[in-house]
Amino acid sequence: MRLLKSAIDAKHGSGTATLLPEEPEDMWHAYNLIQPTDLLRARAVRRVSKTSDAGSVASQRITMDLTISVTSTDFDIGSGQLHVAGKVASENEYVKLGSHHTLDLELNRKFTLEKGDGWDSVALEMLREACDSTNRAELWAVIMGEGTANICVITEHQTILRQRVEVPVPRKRKGGLDGHDKGMERFYSTTLATLLRHLDLGNASSSAQTDKTVPLLLASPGFVAQSFLAYIKAEATRTGNKPLLALLPSILVAHSSSPHVHSLSEVLSSPTITTKLSDTKYARETALMDKFTTLLRQDDGRAWYGPKEVERAVEGGGVGRGGGVLLLSNALFRAHNVAERKRWVTLVDRVREVEGGEVRVLSSLHESGKRLEALGNVAAILTFPMEDLDEEPEGGANNNGGEGDEMVI
Amino acid sequence: MPPKSGHQRAKNIDYEDNDGYSDEEDYEEEEGGGDAMTDEDREQMRLGTIQVKEALGSSIPATDAQIQESLWHYYYDVEKTVTYLKNKFSPAQAKASTPQKPKIVSKFDQAANAAKSETKPAPGAKPKPGQTKKANGEKLAESIDKLTVEEQPKVKSKNLNVVEEFEKSGMKRMANFVVIGHVDHGKSTLMGRLLYDLKVIDQRSIDKLRREAETIGKSSFALAWVMDQTSEERSRGVTVDIATNYFETEQTRFTILDAPGHKDFIPNMIAGASQADFAVLVIDASTNSFESGLKGQTKEHALLVRSLGVQRLVVAVNKMDTVSWSQARFDEISQQMTAFLTAASFTLKSITFVPCAGLTGENVTKKAKDPHAKWYTGPTLIEALDSSEPAKRKIEGALRLTIGDVFRGGITNPTSISGRIDAGSVQVGDAILAMPSGETATVKAIEVENEPVDWAVAGQISTLHLSDIDPVHLRLGDIICTPSSPVKLLRSFSAKILAFEHVMPMSVDVFRGRLQAEGKIKQLVATLNKATGEAVKNKPRIVKPGEVARVVVELEKELPLEARTRVVLREGGNTIAAGLLEG
Repeated sequence: MRLLKSAIDAKHGSGTATLLPEEPEDMWHAYNLIQPTDLLRARAVRRVSKTSDAGSVASQRITMDLTISVTSTDFDIGSGQLHVAGKVASENEYVKLGSHHTLDLELNRKFTLEKGDGWDSVALEMLREACDSTNRAELWAVIMGEGTANICVITEHQTILRQRVEVPVPRKRKGGLDGHDKGMERFYSTTLATLLRHLDLGNASSSAQTDKTVPLLLASPGFVAQSFLAYIKAEATRTGNKPLLALLPSILVAHSSSPHVHSLSEVLSSPTITTKLSDTKYARETALMDKFTTLLRQDDGRAWYGPKEVERAVEGGGVGRGGGVLLLSNALFRAHNVAERKRWVTLVDRVREVEGGEVRVLSSLHESGKRLEALGNVAAILTFPMEDLDEEPEGGANNNGGEGDEMVI
Repeated sequence: MPPKSGHQRAKNIDYEDNDGYSDEEDYEEEEGGGDAMTDEDREQMRLGTIQVKEALGSSIPATDAQIQESLWHYYYDVEKTVTYLKNKFSPAQAKASTPQKPKIVSKFDQAANAAKSETKPAPGAKPKPGQTKKANGEKLAESIDKLTVEEQPKVKSKNLNVVEEFEKSGMKRMANFVVIGHVDHGKSTLMGRLLYDLKVIDQRSIDKLRREAETIGKSSFALAWVMDQTSEERSRGVTVDIATNYFETEQTRFTILDAPGHKDFIPNMIAGASQADFAVLVIDASTNSFESGLKGQTKEHALLVRSLGVQRLVVAVNKMDTVSWSQARFDEISQQMTAFLTAASFTLKSITFVPCAGLTGENVTKKAKDPHAKWYTGPTLIEALDSSEPAKRKIEGALRLTIGDVFRGGITNPTSISGRIDAGSVQVGDAILAMPSGETATVKAIEVENEPVDWAVAGQISTLHLSDIDPVHLRLGDIICTPSSPVKLLRSFSAKILAFEHVMPMSVDVFRGRLQAEGKIKQLVATLNKATGEAVKNKPRIVKPGEVARVVVELEKELPLEARTRVVLREGGNTIAAGLLEG
């Protein structure tokens, strides 16, 4: 994303920013930035019908710049499209004030954003991150098992499942061995064909010759990934597929414990892979989540999760200088409820400015973010043990406890 | 053209469907033995009539003639006949059911109708590709032939009372056991030896395997190759998937499920263990091997089979020849294992320790000849296996079979599945329902232990050859059940779990038999008292290893799971918990 023009008042947070999305991932940033009540100005195409004096109706498609007050956003992860719905906030000759319009943000089309209740610290941080083009890492990964493969693309802020391949493979059985081998062969060929379609090697080599090749990661339990690599090598030589042969050196094989996408976090946190990836943000997030879960396992009161518990920990000064970390999912800041968002922004500001702790906003589209999501979207590592932060909800939940007892019988 | 009624249109569609199957040879065959009733048919008709009458009760006034006509039409399928007759005699339902089951009219009327529909294609019905080539002015005679085609592919059901049949058959005791233990402790070799000594595998095949193993310099693997048959397993020297094999002693027919010991293939081991009645835990007696195994899969496997419902354990202390049959070593291992296993809530009397040597075959089927082994007077491995009590089987009740494999069972059986029948029974000709796809199929043939049979009951690992279903609807871990009592699909469930590792809200893999699915622990409801099941702490932050807790698990997609099934939760290559589903 390129920041074309920024007119943000640092003190009050009022003002506008004009942005130009250049890559599909920028749409994800835009999705995180744009909130209900914001004012968004972008190019729009709208059909305008005119009734002439004679009563005949003529309709025309007119391109114009529209400013809308955002009511809702809709992001399609797979295609990276962002639709922003809202009410028109500035009238022009074609469109009345207050009529509804949905803006489709497109790549290489600038848009201007003004925050409804000012640019807060989190929004500014997001803006900075979105416009930081220094570390753009991209990685394709195939997480596979016998008969299933998940083809994913991992970027700085997203893990997108592109396609799932499922081929029935007969298990080993007496007298039916070739069934298994044939099934695996069919599975490899389907997976490779699907993968090649997604990688689009032919185009990549012609258009972006200078670009470094995108690494491809194969991971599986057992030997499936190795066998698949052997299959790719054999196929590349057999068919003389030049782009595929060129890709071979950048293929990494790793071990995962399951063929599911969520074991990516385990693959990507292994040292052999992290050294080969420039994706530092991702690696740090995963490392932090690992540290958090380790502390939680030790159960010494230094790791807490859940909104109320974490808020209490911050109030008690636990998330401060010298190792205090507040982990939040960016899903919290997409909250449509303004008060809800304010609650988390206040918490972030407090930890960062008053307590001096570290704040990490994890992408909810990454595996680390998903792990955090399971824990209620917010967690904290404390500098000193604090006990019984969950005391009060326990008291409140005692009534529910009664129901629980009934269920036991 | 006047618009036709829905009823008529439905009929037309029916007949057009049949055109797809039409095949010259089929009706010639039918005409040969077509209308004349054989003695066998008459007997079946008589039995069928009685059964239908019983099923219908007095409320439905169907005459014998009507029943017999319907039976003839449905090829003696009592169930279908009963539903048809019920529908026919309760007019309110009759309309709704007509599209599937057109009313029976005499053969001539059917033919006449068919001829009509051929000449005048119904306006609402889409023409099938196969039909376009048919000329409009078809002869009446030809359409008669086509009529018979509908009945052709149906499989005759013998309508056995399987439960009775099973009791009558006086079948030998059956037992499935899973062989578990740490990688390289000699599970496959021990089972290869067992089969070889019992003459299930002949000398020639063993010699052949020996030669093959020697050529790649792994002569000690020859016996294991009886079980490890894929090229990958042989070249790497580890078992990857479960191998199934059968043998018989004087009292019992056994099915061996040889599980892989390697950490990565625990999903396959779970699939095997979920089919087993008892388990054989193989332990390497040689120095350090036992100790490393205890930290690894010896421990994990033992805990897993216990939480999968296996009560009885035969502990085979293997490779005794490498420690020259030292009694001290055997006692040391027995003591440590007893302590561990009782802690894992196996009862003391359900554990048997047997020293043996798989490679040389001592104390497997015959007593050890080694003079150092004099001290041991207990049973051999095979005797220990034989003394195990058979598990109770849920023969009565609705059919439940977990698909363990989907394959092509030959040219005549393009779609076959295999798996253990968890409950109920199945016989040839039964209609079955596959969940979660919700597709029905007909059982064309059944095989148990590679022999064709007419029926199979709970506890047996059987192969079903199916017709009327596309294999895409059958996936590993799916459940086969009777259409009358289908399995419910669940999106989230609550389960009582025993934690092996720390449990917190996180992503997990959910295992049940061959089923492996993505899920999430959504909520920790409460930790429970192990003995009484009462809540100790509500909404715990984390569940520690060894604690019992109630958790809510949310699945990625809907799955066929029932209350009281056993599930295993794993994450990142470790088993974190196992438990009982509560619904």
